[in-house]
Amino acid sequence: MRPIRVLVAKPGLDGHDRGAKVVAAALRDAGMEVIYTGLHQTPEMIATAAIQEDVDVVGLSILSGAHMTLIPRVLDLLRDDGREDILVTGGGIIPREDMDALEARGTGRLFGPGTPTSELVEYIHNWFEAREAQTA
Amino acid sequence: MPQSFDALIADFEAGKTAALARAISIVENHRTGYDELMTRLHPRIGRAQRLGMTGPPGAGKSTITNLIVQSLRRDNLRVGVVAVDPSSPFTGGALLGDRVRMEAVALDRGVYIRSMATRGSLGGLSARTAEVADVLDAFGFDRIIIETVGVGQTELDIARTADTTVVVLVPESGDSIQTLKAGVMEIADIFVVNKGDRPGADRLRNDIELMLGLRRGATSANIPAHHGIPLKTFNPIRIARDAARSENPEEWLPAVLGTIASKGEGIDLLLAAVDRHFRYLQTSGGLKGRRRNRLKNQVTEVVAERLRARLWEDPDTITWLDTQLDLMEAGTATPFSVADELLSRSGPLLTGVKP
Repeated sequence: MRPIRVLVAKPGLDGHDRGAKVVAAALRDAGMEVIYTGLHQTPEMIATAAIQEDVDVVGLSILSGAHMTLIPRVLDLLRDDGREDILVTGGGIIPREDMDALEARGTGRLFGPGTPTSELVEYIHNWFEAREAQTA
Repeated sequence: MPQSFDALIADFEAGKTAALARAISIVENHRTGYDELMTRLHPRIGRAQRLGMTGPPGAGKSTITNLIVQSLRRDNLRVGVVAVDPSSPFTGGALLGDRVRMEAVALDRGVYIRSMATRGSLGGLSARTAEVADVLDAFGFDRIIIETVGVGQTELDIARTADTTVVVLVPESGDSIQTLKAGVMEIADIFVVNKGDRPGADRLRNDIELMLGLRRGATSANIPAHHGIPLKTFNPIRIARDAARSENPEEWLPAVLGTIASKGEGIDLLLAAVDRHFRYLQTSGGLKGRRRNRLKNQVTEVVAERLRARLWEDPDTITWLDTQLDLMEAGTATPFSVADELLSRSGPLLTGVKP
């Protein structure tokens, strides 16, 4: 089976990339190909990179509180290019009700602080297997 | 996103990035039908100029690539970049981080950047990088830049994949003995000593030029005794420098350039050298030779892959091989006689025509 490709990006203006790096390393250790784009990405940069890299998953890390603006924008841009099949997931400091609203808008699961990385890995693996079974 | 093949090719021909990205994935993963896709794209291949960037980790390959892309964009050339980083031999995972240095061109519609993992290949590229470069070529990019993993001394696949190979070194790359060693020092069409503001940069450039001058025949037979060399009349460094500046259609001696990528210095000279090398390849016939070699390599690889698939995925062949194990154990057959017999009994299988 081919490796799962994941884009890990930090949209917006906060400069705290420790979490994104921990997640990127955990996904790499789980056998995934992680494209890491670093800090201060605009939604346009994230969607462009996701499409160019033909990733399966986009993982966003947001600690700035701007998630209700940035995440829907990424979803819209991916949809505009016909790539709504890409799973947009992520985490950070996001209140529960915002998580619910975003998931209702089309993201995958969003994760809060303290989530063990094994949970993310398992979630992505399961999502990928389900999608492969569907398209096979 | 299930998509039929014809639709994909139509979108590809219409210049849609998502279709290009999909086509590259199909080729990278050798998914069913990838050979048909490559066949359809083949007539469009051969227009792009392919530049290879290699060198040790952290030498500045991605940063220089970013600057080169910006400069090429000012000339309105469309650029495709393939950036390779290593896969873990333990987990198969990879962290592909070259895009971080290429933010300045991230949103430019005339630039396409694709990260690839080596997936077990040891030559500094992935086994599919050359084919991915072909796909980019077919898409219509004017320039393709292929960036290898951070290399040591023997990852040399780039030399047969690119038209022009740039080896990026830093002052910390070692002394004159390192410049004499075989391997990566032999494949450069252009040397770049990056981080030229650090101590030792000039010395390394001199060491490389000395090595090149020596390689060119300024050997001890020509050089007078160690003391009192008349450097005015016989200076290997000058021989190397003069040769690197000249436009000799018969011979290319690698240029040795200095850059400070963090300040954007030296990139113009580098691009001028790249253009000069490409002109040399065109006039000397080297370009044709390199491209023909690439085609030859590709056929060799496709044949190896097809033989492997046709033979070892054939249950009948495996069953037959198992029956030979007893004979080999008993000493009445050897691995070599069995291999010969297997090849001669597999004719129809190998040609793909079932009896």
